[in-house]
Amino acid sequence: MTPATAIQKTGRRSRAWTLPAGLRRCAVPLALLVLWQASVGLGWISTRSIPSPSQILTAFWDLAISGELAVHLLVSLGRVSAGLAIGVSAGTVCALIAGLSRRGEDALDALLQMLRTLPHLALVPLFILWFGIGETPKIALVALGTAFPIYLNLFAGIRTVDAKVVEAVSTLGLTRWELIAQVILPGALPAFLTGLRYALGVAWLSLVVGEQINASSGIGYLAMTAREFLRTDVIIVALIVYAILGLLADLIVRLIERSALVWRPAFIKE
Amino acid sequence: MSHALSRISTPSKPVVSVRGLIRNFGNGNVLDRLSLDLQPGSFTALLGRSGCGKSTLLRTLAKLDQAPEGTVQLPEERAAVFQEPRLVPWMHVLRNVTLGLRHPDAEARGLAALAEVGLSHRARAWPLTLSGGEAQRAALARALVREPRLLLLDEPFAALDALTRMRMQGLVETLWRAHAPAVLLVTHDVDEALLLADRAVVMANGKIAADIPIPLARPRRHGDPGFIALRSRLLAELGVDEEHLATREPQRTDARTSGAKPGGYGLPTGAAAAPSL
Repeated sequence: MTPATAIQKTGRRSRAWTLPAGLRRCAVPLALLVLWQASVGLGWISTRSIPSPSQILTAFWDLAISGELAVHLLVSLGRVSAGLAIGVSAGTVCALIAGLSRRGEDALDALLQMLRTLPHLALVPLFILWFGIGETPKIALVALGTAFPIYLNLFAGIRTVDAKVVEAVSTLGLTRWELIAQVILPGALPAFLTGLRYALGVAWLSLVVGEQINASSGIGYLAMTAREFLRTDVIIVALIVYAILGLLADLIVRLIERSALVWRPAFIKE
Repeated sequence: MSHALSRISTPSKPVVSVRGLIRNFGNGNVLDRLSLDLQPGSFTALLGRSGCGKSTLLRTLAKLDQAPEGTVQLPEERAAVFQEPRLVPWMHVLRNVTLGLRHPDAEARGLAALAEVGLSHRARAWPLTLSGGEAQRAALARALVREPRLLLLDEPFAALDALTRMRMQGLVETLWRAHAPAVLLVTHDVDEALLLADRAVVMANGKIAADIPIPLARPRRHGDPGFIALRSRLLAELGVDEEHLATREPQRTDARTSGAKPGGYGLPTGAAAAPSL
């Protein structure tokens, strides 16, 4: 084939495929969805393995109308919020102590770096023995999982604030506390928010595991009971809810970033 | 040692007095029993090759470095401007300028300082949106608003383009005339020293190697006979071979590049760039 014909051919192909960018990106997932619906409808896949998209939608609608979904959602949200509040606070306090003083670092950092290597989800059996099967182990699991990403990122953030700026500001007659509050902590904020996004991901993961400990409510409970009744549609609704919650949490942190880090060139609209 | 020709004709009590300063990092003294006085309102340029200790001296005067031996007398009102603007990126320009200021009318003073450096229109801008020259002017305003009796300038124009640098040099001279702080300007640029300072101090090996008054009338021009004569003298003090400089690179008087390798300009460019193995 001569180069000329090659160019002509690619040119013709690109003209044939000029769909809007958004539609092009959605094309494959949409096609899979149609294929999925058709496969279940034609009996190629058993509903016991996986229900059709329309069945999932119906299950979602039923759960929403009955109010069941809202009840479980609120319980799950309550657990995540409580766990996050504890975990983020603990991580922040430790990072401040270790980040702002050499003695604090000596006292805390080695210990926390060791604990961090423990997969916190492996502590479930221990937590059941310690805290029973009520709300406490579920919240504790979320708290433990979220404390470390906050600690690691905030600690690193405090330690990597531009030393030259700190040096220049230190010639301006600020007190140590003013220097920390006005320069070092705002400088560590981007790292903290990165830690927060990561912590939110860990929080949902911990919740999924925690809610399988003899829960009597929550999204995880919804999925566990659905398993008893072979309701694959409800299980998938629970999965989708987890995914949406994770997405929303990420969106919230992005919004916080957008307003807290307005000074960054990426966010500045000229 | 000749006295500085400050605008105040009668020699008064020095605003900065350094005696027997010793500072060493690892091997060898960076500052070796260094003594220096700065008169109120004087403009002193501090020159020297890289590693001669001039930055350490400036950092000592900014109280960013503590020399273990020697005495340093400094005024309370000090301010420093560095090679980088070093503004706090999450504070507006005005907030940067007034940072640490404890006057009740800090904001008005900050705005006045910004007006003086021609940056009023950028008072509410984020530092990262400023151009290099604008950011450096904001750093100057931040220093100026403190009404310093000692203004330390650590190669403040080195990172700017040539035109911006010329404008900034003019601005610094204007501000110095208006506020009369004692200025210590660390620079590699002999022409810059001769344009601005009334005294050039050359450092070598942690000591003051030469202390040269610059009794030129202002405004100064590069072509003036007095200027050219002093330039030759300063370059000689810095160990720069002016003959080579004139033939190879007539525009360059940057002591940083020539200082590291005296006579290096005599080599062909390729040979100078390639490390000899």
